[in-house]
Amino acid sequence: MADYINTVLFGWYPYLCLTVFLLGSLIRFDREQYSWKTGSSQLLRRRQLMWGSNLFHVGIIVIFFGHLVGLLTPIQLFDLVGISHGAKQIMAIVVGGIAGLVCLAGIALLLHRRLTDPRILKTSSNGDIAILVLLAVQLVLGLLTIFVSLGHLDGAEMVRFMAWAQGIVTLQPSAALYVRDANPLFKLHLFLGLTIFLVFPFTRLVHVWSAPVWYLGRKGYQVVRTRRAPPRPHRALRGEAEQPVRRADSGRSAAAPAE
Amino acid sequence: MKIRAQIAMVMNLDKCIGCHTCSVTCKNVWTSREGMEYAWFNNVETKPGIGYPREWENQKRWNGGWTRTRGGRLQPKMGSKWRILAKIFANPDLPEIDDYYEPFTFDYEHLQNAGEVQAFPTARPRSQITGERIEKIEWGPNWEEILGGEFAKRSKDVNFEGVEKEIYGAFENTFMMYLPRLCEHCLNPSCAAACPSGAIYKREEDGIVLIDQDKCRGWRMCVSGCPYKKIYYNWSSGKSEKCFFCYPRIESGQPTVCSETCVGRIRYLGVILYDADGIEKAASVPDEGRLYEEQLKLFLDPDDPAVIEQARRDGVPEAWLEAARLSPIWKMAIEWKVALPLHPEYRTLPMVWYVPPLSPIQSAAAAGKMGVDGGMPDVRSLRIPVKYLANLLTAGAEAPVIRALERMLAMRGYMRAKTVDGVIDEAIAGRVGLTGAQIEEMYRIMAIANYEDRFVIPTAHREAGEDTYDLRGSCGFSFGNGCSDGISGTGLFGSRKKARTPMEVE
Repeated sequence: MADYINTVLFGWYPYLCLTVFLLGSLIRFDREQYSWKTGSSQLLRRRQLMWGSNLFHVGIIVIFFGHLVGLLTPIQLFDLVGISHGAKQIMAIVVGGIAGLVCLAGIALLLHRRLTDPRILKTSSNGDIAILVLLAVQLVLGLLTIFVSLGHLDGAEMVRFMAWAQGIVTLQPSAALYVRDANPLFKLHLFLGLTIFLVFPFTRLVHVWSAPVWYLGRKGYQVVRTRRAPPRPHRALRGEAEQPVRRADSGRSAAAPAE
Repeated sequence: MKIRAQIAMVMNLDKCIGCHTCSVTCKNVWTSREGMEYAWFNNVETKPGIGYPREWENQKRWNGGWTRTRGGRLQPKMGSKWRILAKIFANPDLPEIDDYYEPFTFDYEHLQNAGEVQAFPTARPRSQITGERIEKIEWGPNWEEILGGEFAKRSKDVNFEGVEKEIYGAFENTFMMYLPRLCEHCLNPSCAAACPSGAIYKREEDGIVLIDQDKCRGWRMCVSGCPYKKIYYNWSSGKSEKCFFCYPRIESGQPTVCSETCVGRIRYLGVILYDADGIEKAASVPDEGRLYEEQLKLFLDPDDPAVIEQARRDGVPEAWLEAARLSPIWKMAIEWKVALPLHPEYRTLPMVWYVPPLSPIQSAAAAGKMGVDGGMPDVRSLRIPVKYLANLLTAGAEAPVIRALERMLAMRGYMRAKTVDGVIDEAIAGRVGLTGAQIEEMYRIMAIANYEDRFVIPTAHREAGEDTYDLRGSCGFSFGNGCSDGISGTGLFGSRKKARTPMEVE
């Protein structure tokens, strides 16, 4: 029975979560872009957000990429470079621990602000509050696992988590076995982490997809669009399917000041 | 040279009576909904004053507009692209809603529902954000109406720079003017430049600056980037919104709501042809005082055959070229030079211009001590200091303001001579560099201001860019994705449910 639950939660559930995460995001982006936003509440209350949001975001970005790189990089690569499993684990504990504390300070401020400031509370959706609580719980769980990890610094358990994560993304049928004997704290952390992927498309988290890093690469500053399209043959001749209403406003050119 | 056309606006402040009809009609049509209660796409401020939002002109505080780097290039005053992205988690340059005002309503129903009480029932204010009682309203969109409040607070107005403002605190020296404000639909918009999503764009065919509501992610950099603070973050939808020059009306040849309803007939709309390739050079001249002149140079003579030919090549429709030749904006801004831009020093090359207001002659001058310059009062003896107007309209350069004021005084003198004395006095016109015929036309456009002279708006040629076959049975203007308003019955993606009309009863 325990094996069965383990397989469901860590062998099957990840695929459900990842599928909903990807398809849900895609459908929302395609159908409901008007709802695709950060949901910033800075306008309503600046207090606590200046520190809270900066600390939270910096912390969580480090944590996110730490997990991404730490879990999905094949362990052979570390062996090749000569980083021992123990050393990698210490690195993860130190970097993750610091970023986790930074993030914790931030999320505590944000959570306090959201739940106690009437302006923010009244304008929050249930989803806004739920996702913040979920992230906070997940963060605390993650920080608590550090104490478990400190009990065995050889990196063996960490390597098993890496094998699990890599097993999931490479579609290994028995990936769940790697985490079967892990500490329940870790299992809870994994489960909640997967759940965040599951609810991701239904919350404001979708703004993560839109991190505007490509702004740095924009040619010049200005965006000019036109509706004046070159003459086109009739729709039927182009063999296109029925089009929705909006097709205008396409085409973009960089105007002054160009770089 | 790349010629584009823009529908530009001029407001004749000399005739503005500060009735706020423009603001109210705009509000009723466009921003009377949740999340936008605090936002006024058009508002009228009393100057001097710190305005709405508080101290919007103080760019040391808000970092709006452009700055010229030491290398002679332009970058948003907020910082380079890296700096802007670094502000994305929490933007230090963003005003809080209290800088505008916390929107409120009143408990009107209490007036009807109150039981029998000794004191007359009152309608007390309530926040439109939290729904909670507001004990005291501390600030509003028009708190300084007709010099409301103390001079000490109002005089933080940055346009007092270089003016000995202390003396204007005295009752007998005080002065005021109205300043109606809306989005400037700049040639070089810094809001668009600051938008990391690239959601803000300028339309090539009519120059209107819009925010693509689907592409906006709510990073809120545009609110800071715009030095006029004319972009508003909708706290309910999480998207930024702005004045969109009533483009559905403009496209069909109608004036904007604010222009249509202006009872003082102060607003003008018309086509301006400009050289899009010259924008960067004009906006980055080293001397701020020259920005007005440089922007003038971008505007192209619609009667010049070479301009007409190039405009045709660049796809400007024939009707637009004809409208450009009849444009009241061209006449006021370029031919007579009585209209001036608002704060050109922001380097955004704004396209809503203002005719500076005349004001009563100071009492000392009226007692015979005033400087009379060839039969006409010296504009420096007007109650509103020329320097104040220059700080507002020409980045401090006084000569263009003086020229505009003198020409308006000349118009009065000329028409008075004509209608009262029955004399055509070409000398009055000549002294300000105009001809009698020009003054008569000025009088027709600016004083009589008939509807057809104020608004010369060619219709958009949508047939050039859209396949009408695709448009049949469409939804017109809507939020969200085509016919969907982004809100489904199930609210799958967390959107707020709205009451529908007609209401569902079962």
